[in-house]
Amino acid sequence: MADKFIEDKVTRVPIKKDGQEVKVDFNDLKSGGFIKQRQKDQFTVRLRCPGGRIDTKKLIEISKIADKYSKKNVIHLSFRQSLEILYVDYKDFDNMVRDLEKIGQKVASCGPRVRVPTACGGCEYNPNGLTDTQGLAKMVDEKYFGTPCYHKFKISFSGCPIDCSRTKEMDLGFQGVVEPTWDEDTCTGCTICSKACKEDAIKSHPETGKPIYDPLKCIWCGDCIRACPTESWQAKRYGHFVRIGGRHGRHPREANDVAVFIPDEKVPEVIEKTLEWYKINGKRGERIGKTIDRIGLDSYMKFMEPVFKSGEPLGRKV
Amino acid sequence: MADIKADNSLDLRGVLCPINFVKTKLKLESMDVGQVLEIVLDDGEPIQNVPKSIKEEGHKIVEVKKEGEHFRLKIEKR
Repeated sequence: MADKFIEDKVTRVPIKKDGQEVKVDFNDLKSGGFIKQRQKDQFTVRLRCPGGRIDTKKLIEISKIADKYSKKNVIHLSFRQSLEILYVDYKDFDNMVRDLEKIGQKVASCGPRVRVPTACGGCEYNPNGLTDTQGLAKMVDEKYFGTPCYHKFKISFSGCPIDCSRTKEMDLGFQGVVEPTWDEDTCTGCTICSKACKEDAIKSHPETGKPIYDPLKCIWCGDCIRACPTESWQAKRYGHFVRIGGRHGRHPREANDVAVFIPDEKVPEVIEKTLEWYKINGKRGERIGKTIDRIGLDSYMKFMEPVFKSGEPLGRKV
Repeated sequence: MADIKADNSLDLRGVLCPINFVKTKLKLESMDVGQVLEIVLDDGEPIQNVPKSIKEEGHKIVEVKKEGEHFRLKIEKR
């Protein structure tokens, strides 16, 4: 029998399971959402949950599928906000993928490509949130997920400088910022803004109580705007702090701060241009942070100038 | 600014976050729209956090006075 042998060109291979013929589709395995476990024949199936947000109805259906295929009836919450169904027999892949497709649930990935973006709650419901991190994560997942790269490429969105999504440790990170502006006429000199500012960027005038603002100390968190009782502090502009080349793992590298106040609509361009620079300058098996260390940040900054000028380019190591 | 008359008051000195805010919120809920609640908050974390939360709940801070190590706020229920 010829198809006893697995050949490179064959994508669907028949195998026997409980006396019945089933198929293993190598296209399913290519994107790498199926991760080998230490147990024989057992795999972890990683689901695609951009921003870690899952519709409750879908979650119920996912649990049913996990219950059906996980030999130990367990799900693991991955470090990058995905659900992972553990102990799945590789012979069940075909059926499982079909069941997942029925509920509109896709399998995630590992390997050298753009991964599922992670995000915090963002401005939708988190009081600190400045940007629509969830909406942007969804957009990135739809547009760029699976784009082949030289190594893994992780993108994340944090809604504020607390940076729960750890943009400093991502290949490309976007962190929400807001530039405050102050109106003297409506200010009553109550001093609450100087108390609310955790960065010592606002001092109160000893006599009038009115704020003395130091833009160099400001990290654009918007606490002053949120605390001001008279709306004297207002948002001048929102945007993203952009970080490049971060990673954790065996050889952690803190990202470079490359731009600030990049508007939402420029985020796709930042991603596309960054991937383009990486494609030109990187090499196989190299994370983008390593490419930056090898080629130099200046090369990247020069390449990115047309898009970074929509905000303010920074080009410094944090 | 002339002193605004308060209908109710809460001394929240020594009360930690977020209990100080919850107490404020509960008191405001028992009051009528337009009435004024006076609270006394400690410097530090309480003054950093409570005014933001009051604003987010939709109420208006109409007066702020610093008195030594604490703050006296007047809040209009909205």
